[in-house]
Amino acid sequence: MYRSLFSRDLFAEMDRLQREMQQAFDTVSPSIRGFAQGYPALNVGSTPASVEIYAFAPGVDPAKVEVRLERGVLTIEGERASAVRAGDDKATAHINERFEGRFRRVVSLPDDVDPNAVNASYRDGVLHVSVKRRESAQPRRIEVQ
Amino acid sequence: MTNQQVTRPNDAAAAAREEPALLPPVDVIEDSTGITLYADLPGVPKDRLSVRVEGETLQIDAELVLPVPEGMQASHAEVQRKRFRRAFTLSRELDPDKVSAEFSQGVLRLRIPKAEHAQPRRIEVQVA
Repeated sequence: MYRSLFSRDLFAEMDRLQREMQQAFDTVSPSIRGFAQGYPALNVGSTPASVEIYAFAPGVDPAKVEVRLERGVLTIEGERASAVRAGDDKATAHINERFEGRFRRVVSLPDDVDPNAVNASYRDGVLHVSVKRRESAQPRRIEVQ
Repeated sequence: MTNQQVTRPNDAAAAAREEPALLPPVDVIEDSTGITLYADLPGVPKDRLSVRVEGETLQIDAELVLPVPEGMQASHAEVQRKRFRRAFTLSRELDPDKVSAEFSQGVLRLRIPKAEHAQPRRIEVQVA
């Protein structure tokens, strides 16, 4: 009886349930507030030769964004001015959803990144940071003699 | 790009409307002469942005394009859709023919002026 309670079918059922819930979250609109996770929203990806970080930071002055890499931790810091407060006194803000003020986001990078090979560019409101991996960590094909 | 209306063929926009999209955050500010709308559309090149006024509806459609290296595997993604879409209903005192748009560094700024008759007027008070 005990054995049948923990039968494989139950686990399969739980797995299915979990997958269904995940799918439900995926298909329902991802985020009604656009970027509710924080500003800037981050996407991270990697290739065998590099780690790529995309920070969705529209409307910031690239000269005022600080990108630091310290002990394998990448920090993106800066400030975004308010469009609402810049208006004149008689103006009324009907909707105010866009982020304003100081922001800071931190990403922990894999151990094999090379802190001396970091490249950051800002285009169309996206800050793209590319960090190369160390040569020695890259897969190599070894010839059999 | 400054003060330029951006439009794309209707059929392409209609096909894109079916695709699930992100709701871009906006600021809408009204002053005495009109409304200014700011929308965050990061990663959208200016040729993938469409701003249309149909009747009383203002529709913003945009496509996100990221330069991703070949063979990249995503490990963390907070932005999972590649399209932005949002619509607003304009009120009657706004002049849809005079909408102007600027787009720079992922921020769209729309200026929708009020129609001439809706502009504030100063009325002189006559002293008898």
